[in-house]
Amino acid sequence: MIPVSRRRLAVLYVIVIAMIATLGGRLWYLQVMNGTQFKTLAAQNQTRTIVVPAVRGQILDDTGQALVANKTTLVVSVDMMQLSQQKDGGAAELERLSTLLGLSDNLVKAKTTLCTKGVKPPCWSGSPYQPIPVDEQVSDKAALQILEQPKVYPGITAQVQPVVEYPMPDGANPAQVLGYLQPITPEEIKARHLVVTGFSGVDLVGQAGLEGQYDAQLRGQPGTQTVAVNAAGDVTGTVSTAPAQTGDDLVTSISSKVQAVAQNALDTAIKKARGAGNSVNQGAAIVETTDGRIVAMASYPDYDPNVWTNGISQQEFTSLFGAKNGAPVLNYDAQGQYPPGSTFKLVSTAGAVANGYDLHGQYNCPANYSIAGRNYNNDGEPDQGPISFAEALIQSCDTVYYEIGYQMWQKDHANDGSKPTASAPVQPMMQQALDWGFGKPTGIDLPAESAGSVPTRQWLYYLWKDNAYQGQDWCKNGKEHGSYVQQIEFQDCTAGWVWEPGQAAIAAIGQGYVTVTPLQLANAYVALANGGTLYSPRIGQALVSPAGQVAQRINPPVIGHVPASSGTLAYIRGALAGVVTQGTAAGAFKGFPDNQVCVAGKTGTAQSFGKNSTSVFASFAPCKNPQYVVVVMLPNSGYGADAAAPAVRQIYDGIYGLEKQKPALPGGKPPASLPAAGR
Amino acid sequence: MTGMVVGKYRPERQRLLTRAVAKDGLLRRYDWFLVLVTCLLTGAGTVLVWAATEPSLRQAGQDPHTYLKKQLLNAAIGVALMFATASLDYRRYRAWSPLVYGLALLLLLAVMTPLGTSVNGAKAWIALPGGFQVEPSEFAKLALILAGAALLSRRPRVEGQRPGRPGIMAVVRAGLASAPLMGLVALEPALGVTMVLVFTLVGMIVVSGLRLRWILGLGALAAAVVYAAVTLHLMKGYQVSRMTAFLHPQQDLSGAGYNLIQAKTAVGSGGMLGVGLFQGTFTGNNFVPSQQTDFIFTVAGEEAGFAGAAVIIGLLTVLIIRALRIAAVTDDLFGMLVASGIACWFIFQTFVNVGMTIGLMPITGLPLPFVSYGGSAIFADMIAVGLLQAVRRHHSVFD
Repeated sequence: MIPVSRRRLAVLYVIVIAMIATLGGRLWYLQVMNGTQFKTLAAQNQTRTIVVPAVRGQILDDTGQALVANKTTLVVSVDMMQLSQQKDGGAAELERLSTLLGLSDNLVKAKTTLCTKGVKPPCWSGSPYQPIPVDEQVSDKAALQILEQPKVYPGITAQVQPVVEYPMPDGANPAQVLGYLQPITPEEIKARHLVVTGFSGVDLVGQAGLEGQYDAQLRGQPGTQTVAVNAAGDVTGTVSTAPAQTGDDLVTSISSKVQAVAQNALDTAIKKARGAGNSVNQGAAIVETTDGRIVAMASYPDYDPNVWTNGISQQEFTSLFGAKNGAPVLNYDAQGQYPPGSTFKLVSTAGAVANGYDLHGQYNCPANYSIAGRNYNNDGEPDQGPISFAEALIQSCDTVYYEIGYQMWQKDHANDGSKPTASAPVQPMMQQALDWGFGKPTGIDLPAESAGSVPTRQWLYYLWKDNAYQGQDWCKNGKEHGSYVQQIEFQDCTAGWVWEPGQAAIAAIGQGYVTVTPLQLANAYVALANGGTLYSPRIGQALVSPAGQVAQRINPPVIGHVPASSGTLAYIRGALAGVVTQGTAAGAFKGFPDNQVCVAGKTGTAQSFGKNSTSVFASFAPCKNPQYVVVVMLPNSGYGADAAAPAVRQIYDGIYGLEKQKPALPGGKPPASLPAAGR
Repeated sequence: MTGMVVGKYRPERQRLLTRAVAKDGLLRRYDWFLVLVTCLLTGAGTVLVWAATEPSLRQAGQDPHTYLKKQLLNAAIGVALMFATASLDYRRYRAWSPLVYGLALLLLLAVMTPLGTSVNGAKAWIALPGGFQVEPSEFAKLALILAGAALLSRRPRVEGQRPGRPGIMAVVRAGLASAPLMGLVALEPALGVTMVLVFTLVGMIVVSGLRLRWILGLGALAAAVVYAAVTLHLMKGYQVSRMTAFLHPQQDLSGAGYNLIQAKTAVGSGGMLGVGLFQGTFTGNNFVPSQQTDFIFTVAGEEAGFAGAAVIIGLLTVLIIRALRIAAVTDDLFGMLVASGIACWFIFQTFVNVGMTIGLMPITGLPLPFVSYGGSAIFADMIAVGLLQAVRRHHSVFD
């Protein structure tokens, strides 16, 4: 051994020690100092969290029958992107799959073929990158076979997927009330802090109707399943599960049988009105209890809610929302705004009495009433002489109310300022309308509701402001000596914000600027029937947990009391009973067994320029101790007595089982207790 | 007190223990400490190979002990080879070094022929009947050490030169002899093994006693060549990026960067004491590639933690220091060069292998000595320990 080698070996020692020290230091740094961080990283690398969709709660009728049923089914889907990478393009796998599912080879092949030009259905109209559902009614056994043999069935998955069903018990299809589910938008996910599940069938939210209103309670809580995966992404086991919580069921006060009756009544009335030459294309029928619960809510036209499942086509969408078909997606009970016509005389009578007119006084009912040189006639009826309010309601004398409207205008006229202003006081008669719940939404448990219109001075001011120099541009289009329309526009331009005496007169008979939703009208008649309590109506009765526990009772909140004494209300109720027996609705109710159930109501026939009249009948029954309010409104259908009143009669027949009908609500009462729900 | 007993006319038959501890007795013929360290390392490696492969084999429904059984067989053959190698006079290896060199060269050439099979893109194996494979580059390390030591320790013919120190011509001869080995290995391509060969040869040249000026001159020449290779784009872009990927693994997540991040994560997640043998879900579920061979250290890191990793590295360190110690006490230049060459080989291979799992070195295909799965590697490592034993024994006999 030469000395230089010895020295250099010593250098090698040092190098070895340095290298080992480097490794040791680095290991200490990685494992001891940063071990926790790498542990987390490793855990993330090895697990995947799958969001398990929650089964959505059902929407039930008042007896517990499902209006919307949510189930889960096992759906087998084929990922063609993955399958096409197989040797034969996946043909052998598809054959195996069709054998397993008991479907024909050709059907499975067709279902997984993209819909391109010249390809006939069944074909896949969705994205080629999306798993294509080939069977939605798979047995557990078949699904397990697929899941456990990913090598035999590559690219094929079986997945629990919620499906929505509309059983339509007794033929009830309150499609617009139920609403619909649609894929959630990214904005909604953000706004509502929802869990994204990534699978299309799950990320649906209620977009309208009860589905939208009660979405948070119905949707439940999605669960999570954390699975261990290996590097290839194969699932090797389950690490933890947080089961999904099924959403609460919503028990409504809708009676399927009454709903079906109301739908049929609407259909019949509209068919009849069309037969009589009217261009009616929409209508609404409501049955509400006198404590504010909705029993039926039919809107014409309706549609099959199944169009929403499995994606809606452009054609279906256009037909649902397009005006051509009457926009069946709209709920005209809450969203339609129509002139109430003479049904509004309820407010006018109560308003007159509240403003000093004698309830038991006599009022002239001439054939014509002249205001500022214009004649307002009583629908062609001859002079009746002085009559009582009761007679005025029974005969629906317009001239009585023209005079009252005009006289109240005269007293109030001084309140019209000389300049347009938003702060002029409300006219006493319009204040009555507001107090009876018109001019603002009722607050029903539906997400979309119209306010109707009550022409207060403020309302007139904003109408003028929006249309004088913009909107309809009255000042540009109006001409002092032009056509009828141009003359009106000219007047509107110069004095559109002024409460005119003529408007005051026709507002008193529910025409002109006054519009209401069928729901508001029903609600006002509920107040009349129950002695003055104004409710915010409710369709939901209770939210019931999957275990059958009532999670929340829903009661119609009281939103006010109408400014009328119980005596006034009783007087009007009595008069409305006369409408049916001897008044304007006597013809429509001819032969009705009023010895069994006494019905009281008011016809309404609102004329609007250039259209057929809106036919209205607002009613309650029984006359003494009323239980139900039934309102039917049919725009473009003619007289209230001709179109709407017979429909109302048909509905009462169904509710009480009169005139050879089976009673939908035996004893005329809604079910006394909540149905058993949950599962 | 041993040996003759008064009053007897023939030497008394020595007792077994006495014979065993006598010079060249069984107990002193071998460095039992080295044997112990080697066996501990191999045993630990075998357990790690088992732990690395058992879960995924079980999942795949195969015999979960496949690798364990094969590695036990490998280890047994390896230990036998070690003792066989150790039992011969090491000076014979000097005589045999041309033979060993020629054989290694032939095997490396055979890899180039259709006999060679490739794994992970490197054509480095020769398939044998019965599913066995030989990796000639492992034996090339032995050949380089023996041939290099023989060439560097040739006595100069010119009289008057100081004995022992090799001249520049000896170094050139050693370099020329090594070049085909390095070249063929580099062609496989097995960059890691090439680096081991270069490092080992350089280490041997340095400790051989070559004059410092020559060493500095050769170093400057090597630096110039490397600089030229990079600036003149003699190295392809992907080669450069592979060598530097470990510095920024996030940029290459699909290739070497992925391996590195996964390996680092596995090692780091072990913490101080590890998650327990066979409990490592990260390595057990194949998140780390080649975890029973080149990345076996990640299994140690995850399942046995810093403590276990330190034991593995500690055992390797003891073995390498022992090799250096044997080199230091050997008065024969050839023996000294063999021992220090083996030390260079093991330290460099350990550093690169462990370093690549913890983000210190680029990822190259190198096994961890004694620990990684693989017959050829274990055999070569064991033969190397056998050579150390032989060198040491020669020294002890004539000490």
